[in-house]
Amino acid sequence: MSELPDLARTIVERAEGSEAVEAYLARGHDTEIRVFDGEVESLSSATSAGVGIRVILPGESGEGNRLGFAWAGSLDADVVDATLAEARDNARYATPDPDVVLAEPDGRAAVEVDLWDETLEKLATQEKVAMALELERAVRGADPHIRQVSSADYGDGSVEVALASTTGITAFTRRTSAFLSVSAIAGEGADSQTGGGFSVGRGPGSLDPDVAAHDAVLRAVRMLGATKAKSGRCTVVFDPRVVSTLLSVISSAMSGEAVVKGRSFFAGRLGESIAVPSVTLVDDPTDPRAYGAATYDAEGLACRRNALIEAGVLQGFLYDTVSARRGGTTSTGSAVRGGYAGTPGAGCRALVLEPGHLDQDAVLASVGEGLFVQSVTGVHSGVNAVSGDFSVGAEGLMIRDGKLAEPVREVTVASTLQRMLQSILHIGSDLQWLPGIAAGQTLAIADMQLSGD
Amino acid sequence: MSDAALIESPVLERVLHEALARGGDMAEIFAEDRQSQGAALDDRRIEELSSGRERGAGIRVVVGETTGFAHTADLSEAGLLAAAEAAAAVAREGGSGVRTVVLGARSAVGPTATEMPESVTKATKLELLGRADDAARSTGDAISQVQVGYGDSRRRVLIANSDGLLAEDDLVRTRFSVVCIATGDTGMQTGYESLARTEGFEVFERVDVDEIARVAAGRALSKLSARPAPSGELPVVLAGGSGGILFHEACGHGLEADHIVKDTSVYVGQIGQMVASPLVTLVDDGTVGGEWGAFRVDDEGRPAARNVLIENGVLTDYMWDWLRARKEGRLSSGNGRRQSYQHLPMVRMTNTFVLAGESDPDEIVAQTPKGVYVAKLGGGQVNTTTGDFVFGTTEAYLIENGHITEPLRDANLIGNGPEVLRRIDAVATDFATTPGTCGKDGQSVPVGCGQPTLRISGVTVGGTAA
Repeated sequence: MSELPDLARTIVERAEGSEAVEAYLARGHDTEIRVFDGEVESLSSATSAGVGIRVILPGESGEGNRLGFAWAGSLDADVVDATLAEARDNARYATPDPDVVLAEPDGRAAVEVDLWDETLEKLATQEKVAMALELERAVRGADPHIRQVSSADYGDGSVEVALASTTGITAFTRRTSAFLSVSAIAGEGADSQTGGGFSVGRGPGSLDPDVAAHDAVLRAVRMLGATKAKSGRCTVVFDPRVVSTLLSVISSAMSGEAVVKGRSFFAGRLGESIAVPSVTLVDDPTDPRAYGAATYDAEGLACRRNALIEAGVLQGFLYDTVSARRGGTTSTGSAVRGGYAGTPGAGCRALVLEPGHLDQDAVLASVGEGLFVQSVTGVHSGVNAVSGDFSVGAEGLMIRDGKLAEPVREVTVASTLQRMLQSILHIGSDLQWLPGIAAGQTLAIADMQLSGD
Repeated sequence: MSDAALIESPVLERVLHEALARGGDMAEIFAEDRQSQGAALDDRRIEELSSGRERGAGIRVVVGETTGFAHTADLSEAGLLAAAEAAAAVAREGGSGVRTVVLGARSAVGPTATEMPESVTKATKLELLGRADDAARSTGDAISQVQVGYGDSRRRVLIANSDGLLAEDDLVRTRFSVVCIATGDTGMQTGYESLARTEGFEVFERVDVDEIARVAAGRALSKLSARPAPSGELPVVLAGGSGGILFHEACGHGLEADHIVKDTSVYVGQIGQMVASPLVTLVDDGTVGGEWGAFRVDDEGRPAARNVLIENGVLTDYMWDWLRARKEGRLSSGNGRRQSYQHLPMVRMTNTFVLAGESDPDEIVAQTPKGVYVAKLGGGQVNTTTGDFVFGTTEAYLIENGHITEPLRDANLIGNGPEVLRRIDAVATDFATTPGTCGKDGQSVPVGCGQPTLRISGVTVGGTAA
């Protein structure tokens, strides 16, 4: 058993007077292997650990509490001591705020999600290397148009996290993960096109090199000969991977923190229709199939299923403890944090858009004419989750007579997120559990602006 | 933070010796001690003052075409030896044998700051945040929310390798950023402005945080009345210092030697050829003191350098790190960088500049009958193999009959690197730089961008207005 929970407790026991202390400890082990041209290009293997400590100084006569934070990339006793002292000192400078408190147990029973694959630590490095080499070979041999495999990677990791606080929180979680990913380049004459594929799972046994290879090859080869398309308005069908990205972006407007701070275009719209009636969106980290499944949130509360949109109507937002108090509600168990060096905020872990009844071919057939987008670029520069403005670089294939036709590159598709939710034509049945915070399926959206020639 | 060596030379020599005990061509220790402080003001409150500390070493062993890598937070000799052994696991048993490592003399460098972050009180740093918040809100009632961020860091690094190289750097960096939201009848709009320098707190003697706040607020306010950006191919004028991200994406990444040696860049085999308009001279320069992507030695211990990549439109060189330079039998160009001791180095840009031309910036606009004027760019992304890249606008206007007219909502622009470089038909005198963060293969590093006002005769603007 890990000693992290005990270490977390000993830190919390050093709270002075009426201050509140929370300790977040994490330790992980990662292996990364990259192969190129039949040889190992690089092999990295390392363990890292760290601590993040929040201290809250209570205000006198109800003037509000003050939060300080410090972190360090080490669990050595002297480093932990210095981190606690630094967090305490930092708290003296915060603006007092009665809503700044640590989470308290809310009586909600945790749904234990098993995220640990025992086989991972038993797998020899040579077998991991062999999987990466097999992946590279599979791509090179799949199609005569493949002229380069720029990288083929195997990676895995395990991480354990312990959380404790003076407010009675204790939580310990551990998870493993493994992935294969590959970048293929297809060529014909002077033309080169790229495609990526991957396979992810809790452990090496759930990885499928053939799936990753097939995806990379298909995506690269079918783009050969791509040209710019004519500008105009059209129906756009997004690949499941792209939809996962779109849902992630939309979800930032459903963070309670964004809502209470006036940064969400969904603020004040609870109970209103914000999407077509076929849209039902939930965040459910208790579903073990989700990549982001988790037993506890980043404040140690039980993760739970939260409905965000039901039949097109906005149902709720996701809150951590502080944003919930500011919003006059309670935490939805949705605190997330970027490891020991970050503080918690509200966010999604496992978004799922309820699947429809048509598979991808049926969606294409139903759309008839339009653009199928297999990948997008510039999401961080062209999608504004505050204003809703949406403009991304896209590549894919034209849809003609209900089927995929000639490839298209160097175009953008644009609209607003608000309008896109109201213009959904079809939600595919082909739900894929993808890495990240959202699953994805084929999605058709009417009347988007395509910019090209 | 003390100024003593992170690891003493005799320890380094023994660890390097051990790393090569089973063979190998090169062993390297990269040690780092980073101390950082951050502060965030949001919704009128100082919400968080945070401090961070990270210390450790990454060790790599290169055997033929293979690199083994391990890192540790334990800088004791025992901790380093364990990491060396893990990194050396890629060396085949009974390899080329043992070599004695003798390091050169230590030449310590001072920090890149005159006013060290640790010498400034927390209260003094926080005072800047409150001032910026007030300044942003005073620009208009429509400013509905303001976020202000401050961050400083001191990053001491030491690099030693089995060729006897011993180098150190001591980088102090300071950043300040303001995000404003303006709310009006048409919804919400955002405005962003930042300062980021490889300097200490002395930067605030020169730079007024109120002005950073007013610029961010102005961007949000002007977009309240913005119309949707046009859709389709148009001439685009980029303002000086609007964010040289265009060149960072359009050709910078494609000139990184890792893409060249793997034949995954559109610029492979183009040395000596015309790859851009003759008006374009592109340099990558890690030596410019104070710039966000500057340093004294790179993360492999090579001195920072000024490298001319494109001269008057002709491709003159790529950017190199140790590994890729070795393949070509040449020296690194000082472009080997890594996010932290937990990462392997790779070829990265430093400060990438298009040098000033001879046109008058106002004349360039006046001679553009119809187009888009981009005052500020956001981020971008490139596919180095196809050369297709996007870059986003965060402050842009229509150009009509040679005049800058109405503000436009945010959009991405998309182009193909080699094509866009050839379509640059005017370059002005008003060179200016901006800081940025460059992400590649999961690693982020600070970079600088710089460019004068220039015009692209045609690029696809990805707005919604037909």
